[in-house]
Amino acid sequence: MTSLVIADHDNATLGSATARALTAALALGSDVYVLVAGFNAKPAAEAAAKLEGVKKVLFADDASLDHQRAEPVAALVIALAKDYDAILAPATSSGKNILPRVAALLDVMQLSDITKVVSPDTFERPIYAGNAIETVQSLDAKKVITVRGAAFTAAQEGTASAPIETIAPVAGVFGSTFVGETLSKSERPELTSARIVVSGGRALGSAEKFNEVLLPLADKLHAAVGASRAAVDAGYAPNDFQVGQTGKIVAPELYIAIGLSGAIQHLAGMKDSKVIVAINKDEEAPIIQIADYALVGDLFKIIPELEKALG
Amino acid sequence: MKVLVPIKRVVDYNVKIRVKADHSGVETANVKYSANPFDEIAVEEAVRLKEAGIVSEIVVVSIGAAAAQDVLRNALALGADRAILVQTDHEIQPLAVAKLLKLLCLQESPQLVILGKQAIDDDSNQTGQALAALLDWPQGTFASKLVIKDGRAEVTREIDGGLEIISLALPAVVTTDLRLNEPRYLSLPNIMKAKKKPLEIRPVASFDINVEPRLITVRVEEPMQRQAGIKVADVATLLNKLKHEAKVI
Repeated sequence: MTSLVIADHDNATLGSATARALTAALALGSDVYVLVAGFNAKPAAEAAAKLEGVKKVLFADDASLDHQRAEPVAALVIALAKDYDAILAPATSSGKNILPRVAALLDVMQLSDITKVVSPDTFERPIYAGNAIETVQSLDAKKVITVRGAAFTAAQEGTASAPIETIAPVAGVFGSTFVGETLSKSERPELTSARIVVSGGRALGSAEKFNEVLLPLADKLHAAVGASRAAVDAGYAPNDFQVGQTGKIVAPELYIAIGLSGAIQHLAGMKDSKVIVAINKDEEAPIIQIADYALVGDLFKIIPELEKALG
Repeated sequence: MKVLVPIKRVVDYNVKIRVKADHSGVETANVKYSANPFDEIAVEEAVRLKEAGIVSEIVVVSIGAAAAQDVLRNALALGADRAILVQTDHEIQPLAVAKLLKLLCLQESPQLVILGKQAIDDDSNQTGQALAALLDWPQGTFASKLVIKDGRAEVTREIDGGLEIISLALPAVVTTDLRLNEPRYLSLPNIMKAKKKPLEIRPVASFDINVEPRLITVRVEEPMQRQAGIKVADVATLLNKLKHEAKVI
């Protein structure tokens, strides 16, 4: 029995999502190989080899695999697939893009965004924006799985390094080309793996206020910054800050929700946080109902006060 | 060119769903249904491409119960030209949906298929990618911008760290993200006109493929409920609680 985890990386670094998917793969009880497909991705492959529990790293390094477009990466995974009983990827934008393509080519129904491994063929996953948890059993011989990072702890670095085996990419014409990208630059911790998340909603009123009020507080707490859909749609924050059913799913130790009401779709992305703090002037807001600690009042008064009290 | 837009009829996004007492699923009787929100965005994008003179025909497809005719009629009222309902009373999972859509694509030969990125009921986020794989077409998932030029589709994608732009040879599959557009509202005259547009109903059995579920639902449960929290009076109390009670800062 062997499982293959498809690494999420940017060539230079390996995201914590991969280490979390590795934990889920190890729960299947089989040997785990990690595939690092990229271009000039040696550092990512070396980081993967250090993770505790990795038996071997398969390393495909080629210009065609830069930016990990779905078509060439899926073709590569299909070429390797016969040797594995399970193929997993973190449920990141990259994993969600690639893995269903792999599953269909293998004639397998993918298990999306699993939150628990019950047995090697049975898994838990949230449905209806996290308002129900479904236990599903796969009848397919090969399991193709995306893993919700927030539901698994990240595998740590071990003492030894796993061997790295270089493999060839699959040649072909794939019909897609990379044109360009605009990445948000941030010195803050990454949203999906941060210990503390400070999140803002529409009540911030403008992009200026969002930055002025939220960022200093986040920096004091060494927190990542999140946002509700309303705040993103209004242009207060970039779309990759969005927490919710259609954005990122987070489960930090502390989630501070500021000036956001807590719609079903937002709660789907953060209600597994250990401690939730809500700061809102509306006592009836749904976020107040699920918060461990709620402070009702004007955020423009409360947040500077909170920041000052933190020293 | 022709565009195919698949639409799923789902429990309305505003409904607070309830798990059935026997844990076999969620309560779907007497619950409001509507088109999956991402699919509305897909229809809107197709209509805009038609208004821009790029698209000549929009075919909308739904796979499911007879009641899905409603969401197809709405799409016709929004500007789609004709509709196909692949009718079945059984659960059809994303892989089978992709296989049915593939057969429809082979019959209809669209240059572009626009789907929602995920359905808000099963939250799978698979069908578009699976369809692209089965057709061996390129895919542009989580699109926040779509430009058709020089026989290619340029797709701006929402990715974890920001935005990415890729260019796809046509025919291609594109899945919509929330920020692709803002769907328009139905107008009464268009609803009346849509009643005259063609809507073809085909039983799922007329497609010669196995649509049996591959995933068996063992049990559906309520998520763990959070313990009721407390309201604190001021910032000092809040900080004190976070430091000494919750021990998170």
